[in-house]
Amino acid sequence: MASYILKRVAGSILILLLIMVVTFFLMNAVPGSPFLTEKSTPEQIANANAKYGLDKPLYIQLWNYIRNYLKGDLGVSLKMQEGTPVKDIIFHQGKFLLSIKLGLYALLLAIIVGIPLGCLAAYFRGSWLDGALRVITTVGVAIPGFVLAALLLIAFSVKLNIFPTKSGNLPDFKSYVLPVVSLSSYYTCYIAKLMRTSMLDAINQDYIRTARAKGVKTGGIILKHALRNSLIPVITYLGPVTAGIITGSFVIESTFSIPGLGKYFVQCVTSRDYPVIMATTVVLSALVIVMMLVVDIVYKIVDPRITLTAKED
Amino acid sequence: MEENKTLLKIEDLKVSFFTPAGEVKAVDGISYTLGYNEVMGIVGESGSGKSVEAYSVIGLLQNPGKVIGGSIEFEGEDLLAFTPEQMRQFRGNKVSMIFQNPMTCLNPVYTIGDQLTEVLNCHDNDISKKEAKERAIEMLKLVGINNPEKRMKQYPHELSGGMRQRAMIAMALICSPKLLIADEPTTALDVTIQAQILELMKDLQKKENTSIIFITHNLGVVAEICDRVSVMYAGRIVEQGKVNDIFYNPQHPYTQKLLASIPRLDEETTERLVPIEGTPIDLLNPPQGCNFGPRCSECMKICLRKKPPFAEVGDGHISACWLHFKDMIDKKEAEKDE
Repeated sequence: MASYILKRVAGSILILLLIMVVTFFLMNAVPGSPFLTEKSTPEQIANANAKYGLDKPLYIQLWNYIRNYLKGDLGVSLKMQEGTPVKDIIFHQGKFLLSIKLGLYALLLAIIVGIPLGCLAAYFRGSWLDGALRVITTVGVAIPGFVLAALLLIAFSVKLNIFPTKSGNLPDFKSYVLPVVSLSSYYTCYIAKLMRTSMLDAINQDYIRTARAKGVKTGGIILKHALRNSLIPVITYLGPVTAGIITGSFVIESTFSIPGLGKYFVQCVTSRDYPVIMATTVVLSALVIVMMLVVDIVYKIVDPRITLTAKED
Repeated sequence: MEENKTLLKIEDLKVSFFTPAGEVKAVDGISYTLGYNEVMGIVGESGSGKSVEAYSVIGLLQNPGKVIGGSIEFEGEDLLAFTPEQMRQFRGNKVSMIFQNPMTCLNPVYTIGDQLTEVLNCHDNDISKKEAKERAIEMLKLVGINNPEKRMKQYPHELSGGMRQRAMIAMALICSPKLLIADEPTTALDVTIQAQILELMKDLQKKENTSIIFITHNLGVVAEICDRVSVMYAGRIVEQGKVNDIFYNPQHPYTQKLLASIPRLDEETTERLVPIEGTPIDLLNPPQGCNFGPRCSECMKICLRKKPPFAEVGDGHISACWLHFKDMIDKKEAEKDE
């Protein structure tokens, strides 16, 4: 296991390098400059470019990025907060933490609500409960998060005045509710649907009949024998979900005025703040890579038939 | 010895499946008794209701299947009157079951040891972890699994098919049940492993004094292990008797044809096998008369009109066929003519 994790980490560094190269060429392919404003003269732009090394050939700029990243230096912001080290912006101003918190809570909600709902629907298949859940989950999958966010805002903030319209830095529980719910609704519903299907599949397996023949209680049959087997497809899905939920939160962050990384990411792209674009991309990619690794390891724990390395056989 | 007392008594059991297309009478009034320490074979082709009948004994019938008539008595207790919780206590404890495909019947994500001790934990709340583990290891040894301590920690996919069926048998017998229902336990195994498993079951049956209901479509297996045999066709028992009577003196046309259709080692190799003509009946629309009537070469008029009653053709040997009443019918016809 340890050697597997080490190998994966080594591989991850390569992937991150590749991501840096691609991001670098993509952001340079976009026309415009961080220093371009209505008032700026060509001389001013040339000066600024020279100051930050943007006048050098691209391959040298790329090499500088890579060299600095290897030293742990993420550069300074060119525009958004001119001169501030990017590391400070991401890690010390709480942006990263804010997005991570939002994403992880949404993910947690999706898992702890989606999985039981799916189990219930499967266990009571064909009943009114199953029917109701099918309608709810289908609607949940069909409605985009930002539409739901707007609807929730109108209902719970404007009309009922229970939750704040602006969640800001997420100071209290109330400020979490609406963003987390709107961010997780799609995933909750999708996991519930997935869980229902795989649970139904598991319930009809031969080993469930064996468990019943052994005299295992109904609860044990569902929670012990069927659940663990039916979790496998859900865990597979959780890999990409984790990525999506944590990196894709910028729409929700904008809607609820949360100054998180997601929102900042979009802003830095529109203002061509190259070092910030690079740093956020790399940090979020690293996060996704770590989550994928976690999912793979959980996968192995849940299903002993899965071997992580070819050697284990 | 309790050998002659009755362990299981099934009387006029009827099981139907209520499907959108109509009622399928999977088991249509079967009766038999099973003594302590006895091995009863139930033979029949696919869809003859042999598994359904066994499932109703152990209470594993799934929707839309339902017992609609008759009684099942186990040591004098009416199983059909049991509450679901009583039935759960009963399963795995007093009666247990092994199935056809050992590859899919063990849960792939739990170790063999975990699945074995689970049976004990389900039926005995006081048993300690250590005791349960010791008992499980003892059972694995009993079914001939070598290195049981290591196997306890292994997952089903790490064991071969024969080994898994042995583990299934160990699991079924761990609570020392009085009755073991074996639903085609050797069908999915290759022939050498089949022989080993049969040998093991015979051996264990003697050691543990368990009665066995052995469901199979393999007549060779029946001859190997059973004391008595019930031959089923389309939800009914057509012939029942001691294993030798059934093999050497079959009375029902279906049994006779069944035996004629299997290859024999002691006959000329050029001999052609005789298949049974026709196809099994549609249980949605069973015939009015004998279920085998439409395929029977000796079918008479009465066979198509009325279901045949059982005739006692030997000691404990019964057969449901109008042919046994032929003299009586002829006599009646003659009387009518006069």
